[in-house]
Amino acid sequence: MSVFALISSILTITLRAGTSLIYATVGEIYTERSGILNLGLEGMMLMGAVTAFATAFYTGSLWLALLVAVIVGGLLAALHAFLCVTMRANQVVSGLSITLFGSGLASFLGQRLGPASNNYFLVGMVGPKFTPIPIPFLNSLPLIGAFFNQDILTYIVYLLMPLAWFYLYKTRAGLSLRAVGESPQTADAMGIDVVRTRYLYTILGGMLTGLGGAHLSLAYTPGWTENLTGGRGWIVIALVIFAMWNPGRAVLGAVLFGGINAVQFRLQAAGTAIPAAFLNMLPYLTTILVLVVMTWWEALSKRIGAPAALGKAYMREEK
Amino acid sequence: MRIVFEKRQSISRQALILVPVISFLVSLLLGAILLLISGANPLTTYAAMARGTFGSVYSLSETLVKAIPLMLTGLGVSIAFRMQFWNIGAEGQLVLGGVAAAWAALFLNGVIPDALLLPVAILVGMLAGAFWAGVPAGLKAYLGVDETLTSLMLNYVAILLASHLYYGPWRDPQGYGFPGTAQFPAAAWLPRLWGRAHWGLIFAVIAAALLWFILNRTRWGFELKIIGENKTAAHYLGINIARNVLLALLLSGALSGLAGACEVTGISRRLQQGLSIGYGYTAIIVAWMAQLNSFAVLFVAVLMGALLVGGDQVQMMMRLPASMGLVLQGMILFPMLAGSLFTEYRLRLIRREPATETPPATPVPGAEVQS
Repeated sequence: MSVFALISSILTITLRAGTSLIYATVGEIYTERSGILNLGLEGMMLMGAVTAFATAFYTGSLWLALLVAVIVGGLLAALHAFLCVTMRANQVVSGLSITLFGSGLASFLGQRLGPASNNYFLVGMVGPKFTPIPIPFLNSLPLIGAFFNQDILTYIVYLLMPLAWFYLYKTRAGLSLRAVGESPQTADAMGIDVVRTRYLYTILGGMLTGLGGAHLSLAYTPGWTENLTGGRGWIVIALVIFAMWNPGRAVLGAVLFGGINAVQFRLQAAGTAIPAAFLNMLPYLTTILVLVVMTWWEALSKRIGAPAALGKAYMREEK
Repeated sequence: MRIVFEKRQSISRQALILVPVISFLVSLLLGAILLLISGANPLTTYAAMARGTFGSVYSLSETLVKAIPLMLTGLGVSIAFRMQFWNIGAEGQLVLGGVAAAWAALFLNGVIPDALLLPVAILVGMLAGAFWAGVPAGLKAYLGVDETLTSLMLNYVAILLASHLYYGPWRDPQGYGFPGTAQFPAAAWLPRLWGRAHWGLIFAVIAAALLWFILNRTRWGFELKIIGENKTAAHYLGINIARNVLLALLLSGALSGLAGACEVTGISRRLQQGLSIGYGYTAIIVAWMAQLNSFAVLFVAVLMGALLVGGDQVQMMMRLPASMGLVLQGMILFPMLAGSLFTEYRLRLIRREPATETPPATPVPGAEVQS
């Protein structure tokens, strides 16, 4: 295999592996920008993945499957918003609960929604999936070709990224969102509905996360297995920090982690002497390294990227 | 007329006890709905769960088998949570504790006197758990790195390491390809009380008492409480926050490591697949539902252990997925979180709308709750 072809193949897998991460990262950036920390991503991704796969399996409709994943993600996020915004619960614990509940329920559904012939298990079933749609001419370009040999959900990412950046930084609604995350009191005084904003963007984040989960079970690794996400929902929370809460930079982290997946995949296929377990540790160890570097860099540059009111409940009555 | 939240003068003792109890009942109710949807009779299912968990001396011992690691990890997690340190790495700390204890049991056998084998295995397990919690604690205390993610990521690393060992270098050559080490020598077996319930129960009770004493009767415990409640105040009182966070987390990890060591020496008597079945995550539910109270942790752990055993029961008897227990556990925290508001606030009805809805022009400092 030529070097070009090798790089091109790694890049292709990188983008495919990174797609679910980008959806969830952009979603969580929007949620955190409103001041709500959602640690429930892992559970929401799992729920998105299992419900999307089950829907596609029974109806044959991939689009309906995506819709279901979006709704499921949105509903779980709405629960988080209700607990954190209305009931002012501890956001860390609420997010953890969503993850625990979501993983438990996803596992339950995976053993319940399957066909009777398979003992009601979804594991091992084959359903419809998104396949790469090569774009003629563009896909045969060296290197860049990798970008144009992807499934439709990855193509949508190319549109989503600039749009998400533009909305956050160049529109009035984006300004309001940032204001709520930085200083809810000031935003409130400016006439922005803090509660509504926080609900809205937490739910939006959940919908995108559900979509990310659906990409896993419908495109990246089609099918359902227990613990399909393998901690991706947690890695995304680190990627938000890596992106410094800027949706335009979400692609960097996703490419980094997609790239690790791709290299792992390549090395394993090539039959390396390194035990698989150690290769599989790479994404998790890299996450820790990324967090350490980002923390150190933030301290050095005296720039704090996190929204100032992140994780804090807003109490209007206490004025 | 409108409803507003009003801050209570003091935390409501009544709500502190009522909220977890009601939460448990609500989760059973929500679970009943799920059971109805999946075509099972909730009453017979719950009855089967109850019989299978507390119905006989044997089933009680099985409930305790699951409750013991939950007690130890729950206690560990609650020390960390008390300091607002979100250690969600109990799972990895438990696994590494199990790995280290297995190492001692397998490789120190014959090297050290038999009488020392079990104590050393347990001690090594605790040290390994402490080390695994010490990594995120050190990163947080001295570099300010967010502990939630680092502690969680280390779970995956520990689990992968353990599976590498029992699938690879430590695998029993006489094990017919079964992924696991050889059985430990009898000197490294943790004695059992009855059924499979082992001495871990005694360790857990001692640990709970010790923790209660530390937190309520010692200067160190007092410092930990202040750090958890108000970091700024702790700083001005001259409390060394970094050192205390690190020490408390070493203790937290040691308890989870002890849980892992007890699992391998008391239950499986070898290192094998199935050491990581989520005790470290359920520990979060245990700690929060017990409101971080050491003795309540013991009680809640038995309840959560019962849900796990009950899940296995409904799988065998009613052909429902065992994860039913996990779903029920997962649902407990929602009403709990929603209800915790009532320990600090109460609802008040206001008869008339205020004259103007316009908020003041200048932001009021302190309008926000500092977490």
